[in-house]
Amino acid sequence: MSRLLARFDVRFPAFHLDVDVDVPMSGITAIFGPSGSGKTTLLRCLAGLERAPHGIMQFGDDVWQDEKNDLCLPLFKRPVGYVFQEPRLFPHYNVRANLLYGYKRIPSEERRITIEQVVDILGIGHLLERRIHKLSGGEQQRVAIGRALLTSPKLLLLDEPLASLDIQRKQELLPFIRRLHEELRIPVMYVSHAIAEILQLADRVVLLKEGKVIASGALNELFTSLQFRGHFGAHRIGAILEARVAAHEAQYGLTQLEFNGQQLFVPLQSVTVGQVVRVHILSSDVSLVLEKAIAPTSVLNILEATIVEIREMDQASVDVLLDIGVPLVASITRKSLVTLGLKPGQRVFAHIKTVALNEELMA
Amino acid sequence: MGVLTDLDLSALWVSVRLATMTVIVLLIVGTPLAWWLAHTRSRLRPIIESTVALPIVLPPTVLGFYILVALGPYGPLGRLADLSLAFTFTGLVIASVFYSMPFVIQPLQSAFEAAGKAPLEAAWSLRASKWDAFLTVISPIALRGYISAIVLGFAHTMGEFGVVLMVGGSIPGQTRVLSTTIFEHVEAMEYAQAHAISAFMLVFSFLVLLAVYITNRRFPIHVS
Repeated sequence: MSRLLARFDVRFPAFHLDVDVDVPMSGITAIFGPSGSGKTTLLRCLAGLERAPHGIMQFGDDVWQDEKNDLCLPLFKRPVGYVFQEPRLFPHYNVRANLLYGYKRIPSEERRITIEQVVDILGIGHLLERRIHKLSGGEQQRVAIGRALLTSPKLLLLDEPLASLDIQRKQELLPFIRRLHEELRIPVMYVSHAIAEILQLADRVVLLKEGKVIASGALNELFTSLQFRGHFGAHRIGAILEARVAAHEAQYGLTQLEFNGQQLFVPLQSVTVGQVVRVHILSSDVSLVLEKAIAPTSVLNILEATIVEIREMDQASVDVLLDIGVPLVASITRKSLVTLGLKPGQRVFAHIKTVALNEELMA
Repeated sequence: MGVLTDLDLSALWVSVRLATMTVIVLLIVGTPLAWWLAHTRSRLRPIIESTVALPIVLPPTVLGFYILVALGPYGPLGRLADLSLAFTFTGLVIASVFYSMPFVIQPLQSAFEAAGKAPLEAAWSLRASKWDAFLTVISPIALRGYISAIVLGFAHTMGEFGVVLMVGGSIPGQTRVLSTTIFEHVEAMEYAQAHAISAFMLVFSFLVLLAVYITNRRFPIHVS
């Protein structure tokens, strides 16, 4: 799989970005970190909008920047779609002309994405003849995304495209971003400081702090690793799983999900059987038992697990990293840890009280 | 217009030609300069800005005097052209370019500042080269600035007097413009003709400004 490699070292009057990025170019990679950690600057360096004096950047086999050879492709020569925090639509054009601005500027043989596709995915068919100032913030941002997509980019850079929107518009736009990744297969770099967006969208995370990459890896592994739990407001995450919808039990108001041969019940969902959904489990909703209950239990979600690592958080509580095919964290009391005599390598059963589906996160 | 003589009409023609030429030259020279002023972080910026603004406060005679010296056969510009440009139409254009410069540069500069770099970056991200982005995005967004620059530059050149008299003299058909013609008529006690030309300039200026304001209102440029 092709990768994106970049090394930038840029000094600003009050800030120093010093990063080394190496990520596979598939799915959605989140650049995540607190405000002022250099996320936008990193994205601008990737686009060529900021020029790092000793920068190196390679996208697959294509070298976009190599300062040793004095090479730095300007943005307009890079096959990149860029969506800014603000929509930055052109006020003197209507929606259609905005959408077509980039489309007209690429050779016709390079056009892989059609206007119909973009209009369909983003749901902007009814806006085409409108003037820009007649659009809501969410609509403007959708047009901005569509405009970027119509250049058929090989890489999509999104700089907090939801930041300026209210929660309702955010919720409205998130599925579109997920869809464009699923349907168009364009790798996305997504800058955000909102953990909820990352948890819903990202496959992979690059964690930035004070201009440095402090970790980078698959979303689930990073946020369940005991080292990084507790950072960035992600401290309550137990697991993020991709599960397949196996069946609906309408008479009980339940939907059955499957992953890695294990099953989970969630409240009845309006999703079709076979579809893959992303579910979240809070670590405080996971409790551990040593043996599979012989007496019947009211708990529906019981998963077989192996203890991987135990970390004491404070005097009262510990985090237990489990392997259920994917990582799962249980937050339990220290008293329980001692009473049960839990140790790494041990087989246990995880009882899960609540499983949340993606869409419920933002609310 | 029965009061206007052929001489008056030729002065009108010289005025219009002069103003048009001046505005064209200033748009070509002024666009990159205004762009630079709008976006540079150079320490030279205030110095250049003050220089551009000088004609607003300087007596036209001071400006006219130095331009006359520069254009003359021994001045740097005169030597460059290998002849005296003083008292010629070309000399008049050069003088007017300096004299009307702030009226073109300043509206352009503020239009570029208001547009900012954001739309430019957006255009680059949509595969537009620098020139393309400037022509298709920045100039339409800065259109009001261009309209103001053209109108103010044109009207100000039409109305200049001191510099024209110093640099151009008032040679009929060559350097005699409307404003100097009015002066000549008054000197010759031809009040009716002076009045006719003055009234014409008054109405003309008013109509030009009116047209601009109506156009701006009718076709607003929305900068969100």
